[in-house]
Amino acid sequence: MVFSPETTKPLCDLVQVLLTGLHTLTPAEREMIATYVSSENDCYYCQHCHGSTAAQHLGGKDADYEFISEIKKNVDATSLSPKMKALLNIAGKVQKGGKQVTPADVARARAEGATDKEIHDTVLIAAAFCMFNRYVDGLGTWQPQDPEIYREIGQQTSKLGYVGRDYKKPLEAIAAKQGNRND
Amino acid sequence: MAHIQLPDGLPGIIGPLTFSPETAKPLLELAETLLRGPNTLTSAEREMIAAHVSYRNNCDFCQLSHSAAAAAHLQGNYDLVEQIKANPEAAAVSDKLKALLAIAGKVQQDGKQVTSADVARAREHGATDKEIHDTVLIAAAFCMYNRYVDGLGTWQPLDREAYREMGEQLAREGYVRDRFQDSQKAAQA
Repeated sequence: MVFSPETTKPLCDLVQVLLTGLHTLTPAEREMIATYVSSENDCYYCQHCHGSTAAQHLGGKDADYEFISEIKKNVDATSLSPKMKALLNIAGKVQKGGKQVTPADVARARAEGATDKEIHDTVLIAAAFCMFNRYVDGLGTWQPQDPEIYREIGQQTSKLGYVGRDYKKPLEAIAAKQGNRND
Repeated sequence: MAHIQLPDGLPGIIGPLTFSPETAKPLLELAETLLRGPNTLTSAEREMIAAHVSYRNNCDFCQLSHSAAAAAHLQGNYDLVEQIKANPEAAAVSDKLKALLAIAGKVQQDGKQVTSADVARAREHGATDKEIHDTVLIAAAFCMYNRYVDGLGTWQPLDREAYREMGEQLAREGYVRDRFQDSQKAAQA
């Protein structure tokens, strides 16, 4: 993203509109869609950034992180609302291919109260993360494995959103904390 | 019939963009920057990457509209565009573009499919870091646009001629505001 500022601007604007701000789906719910699709695409960086952001929106406790892990393993076994389960089903179909979404999938979501906007946004979040995952993996980017880094990223993202961010700040914060521990 | 209530008579992505103007804005800005911004790859080359990925994703609207845009940038050379879409290795294009199209095809499957050998091949034929970056991002972005258009079950004409004028307009005027405002006016009429 730092390499190509002209394309970064619309990418950040897109994710800001999709995942933050007033909506009938909460920021946590929308980050869950992003996380689930990124997990299905096996993109380490994206699923851990957005998983952490979702967990932070839920309260940031270990139990919240555990809940996000459970969603990735088996949506239907979680305590998510029937509407969210139906929307995550649609997201999972979009991840495989847009034509995989059937009228029955959409009818299921509507039966649980999903609106046109919620269905539209679920499809677009899922589609967008099929882009972001390929972008990150396709360039062979460095993807840290330290869970503390993702916890920091989640804390900053859930507070600050996606626009006008200094993306080096979470790494600097971690380095500072680790420096204090070594004193 | 589309999966959500979209304005009548607007093909492919135009319906969803009209439905959701807040997301349309960055989506159109991204397309404009990727496909028409200043670049050492021509707009024709970049539209061909978009058309090839959309063809591999089996998205009718996207592959037909971006083929038409590529052809318009090439003075109507639909034959060349058809060759590139279906079999880039056999097409009459530069070795560099063939290597970049191979990278795009890997991204279409999964970002992790791109190997260092794929990238080395592109570099050997003169591809720069920016050209490789932009190829990956165009391919990734069309994996998004294709899923958006198909995932909402939009109406997609299948006749290539229906896209000729659209392709010429895209090549001439691009992706942002003015053309989009025409669609909004058409939807309100």
